[in-house]
Amino acid sequence: MTATAPGRPVAARRRVGRERLPVPASILAFVAIAFFALPFVGLLWKAPWSDAWSIFTSHGSLTALRLSLYCSLWATVLAVVFGVPLAWLLARVSFPGRGLVRALCTLSMVLPPVVAGVALFYSLGRRGLFGQYLDRWFGITLPFTTTGVIVAQTFVAMPFLILTVEAAFRQQDTRFEDAARTLGGSRWYVFRRVTLPAIRPGLIAGAVLAWARALGEFGATITFAGNFPGRTQTMPLLIYLANETNPDEAIVLSLLLVAISLGVLVGLRDRFLGGTPQTV
Amino acid sequence: MTLDAHIVCTLGRLNLDIELVAKPGEVVALLGPNGTGKTTVFRCLAGLLPLEAGHITLGDECLDDPVANVFVVPDRRPVAVVFQDYLLFPNLTALENVAFGLRARGVPKNDARARAATWLDRVGLADHASHRPRSLSGGQAQRVALARALATEPRLLLLDEPLSALDAGARSDVRRDLRRHLATFDGVRLLVTHDPVDAYALADRVIILEAGRVVQSGTLADVTARPRSRYIADLIGANLLTGMGDHGIITTTTGGRIFSADSIDGPTFAVIQPHSVALYPTAPEGSPRNVWAVTVADIDRQADRVRVRLDGSVPLVAEITASALDALTLRPGDTVWASVKATEITTYPA
Repeated sequence: MTATAPGRPVAARRRVGRERLPVPASILAFVAIAFFALPFVGLLWKAPWSDAWSIFTSHGSLTALRLSLYCSLWATVLAVVFGVPLAWLLARVSFPGRGLVRALCTLSMVLPPVVAGVALFYSLGRRGLFGQYLDRWFGITLPFTTTGVIVAQTFVAMPFLILTVEAAFRQQDTRFEDAARTLGGSRWYVFRRVTLPAIRPGLIAGAVLAWARALGEFGATITFAGNFPGRTQTMPLLIYLANETNPDEAIVLSLLLVAISLGVLVGLRDRFLGGTPQTV
Repeated sequence: MTLDAHIVCTLGRLNLDIELVAKPGEVVALLGPNGTGKTTVFRCLAGLLPLEAGHITLGDECLDDPVANVFVVPDRRPVAVVFQDYLLFPNLTALENVAFGLRARGVPKNDARARAATWLDRVGLADHASHRPRSLSGGQAQRVALARALATEPRLLLLDEPLSALDAGARSDVRRDLRRHLATFDGVRLLVTHDPVDAYALADRVIILEAGRVVQSGTLADVTARPRSRYIADLIGANLLTGMGDHGIITTTTGGRIFSADSIDGPTFAVIQPHSVALYPTAPEGSPRNVWAVTVADIDRQADRVRVRLDGSVPLVAEITASALDALTLRPGDTVWASVKATEITTYPA
């Protein structure tokens, strides 16, 4: 359907029934795409491809990768276990101060991660307000431990899940739950068989966003949990350190994180991230 | 197994106060304009909304009584609902939808599916068992919803506007099917509708609701013969006037005087058919005792008939022929004389 007749391309295009893309918007959008793509091109260009495999399989990077995956998956599990009931509460139960509670529970999303780390340190640290009792009564120490990494990651990642799942709860037609109750379903049964399938796209999107945030977490982790290889040194921490001493290693590991994250985002279909639930 | 309910409940600006009795074997329709609390009555009966006062008793089981502090949760009530737009679970097949209630009650999966299949067969949808709701037509979805409700073997079946989600073409067939399926159920059957045709076709008795109150109850023939509400009067296109009777002279709430052939006293309804109202450009002479000066408010031409809405001490709708309208040269705002023979006025106590 391309215009073959010289001198009449505009008419031909109109006949197809399409309007031309607005030029200024197209240019700005293209600049934005380039802005996102160029840094990765830079990484690929600088990558020491001949050494890549040996860097990737070195003990230090494998340990950091394993720790990163372990902690971020645990953080995601915790975010789902605590975040879904919280999102349900925020979406379905009207109580005084709900807006304030929502703001509080999503604050760590907009806070500089270092601030989150400092706050965690002074509340859950060994001499922190609550941490001293954790230590004294239960013998639990969070700072500079792997558990501390998970706590820090959960703290900054859970808001992504809460907001996404709350939106899903709000968009759901609650009359389906009513129908299920009249058919004899207990509240838990109805939640499992009616509510959960309805919010599933939102839940998956929220869990993935939270996981991605946890995987990339740096500031809160290094402030609260420190930087001990094998215990608290996750990939972002290792990359940051390597960038000072061994840039090649930093580039290879960065590319690895990029590949993992990109794979997950592409693997997710649009509808999971679009936030629109499946329609009837 | 009689349903005996007194439903008192406030919802927004609606104050619901309704007494309701329905026996097994009869189909009762709650009929009324939108926003009169019909669906709220159902939500109370199903346990989705607690009563503020009153009671709901089904047979010898009390389901809700705020004074006695009794409230049975919806999943423990022997009540099933066919919802207005059916609310079939979109992620489940037709069969799984019908089996839902049995599964929820702990019936093993295979057993529940077998029983659900029987129910689907009974509503003639055995070959649609594996279909998802989105691929069912409106009429099929309604039958699945009915099978899903009946599969739990309820003692009270509630149908909320069972036909309103269908287009006009499918309605009459579905209505006939529904009537047949309802006949096989021996519990208490209650349906909500705003469509008198549905009420007429499906119900043995109608209860007319208006603004959260029962205004009339009986067979549809009884109710339309002696309307006690604006809604029913409008439905049959009649003028309904209320007033105080005194030896056959009724003083209306709007200040007019109506002479009736019946010698009636006390609060009275008067029904005047629009075609009994005659219009004159000047005050008429002769036998009619009911002559009122009225103002033309609105003229509505329908083919060769014309409905003229009249304001005054006795507000009326008159139905005249198009040629009569031309002869009178009426325009909104004109003053005319309306006349009705006393024998053309039906009166009964309010």
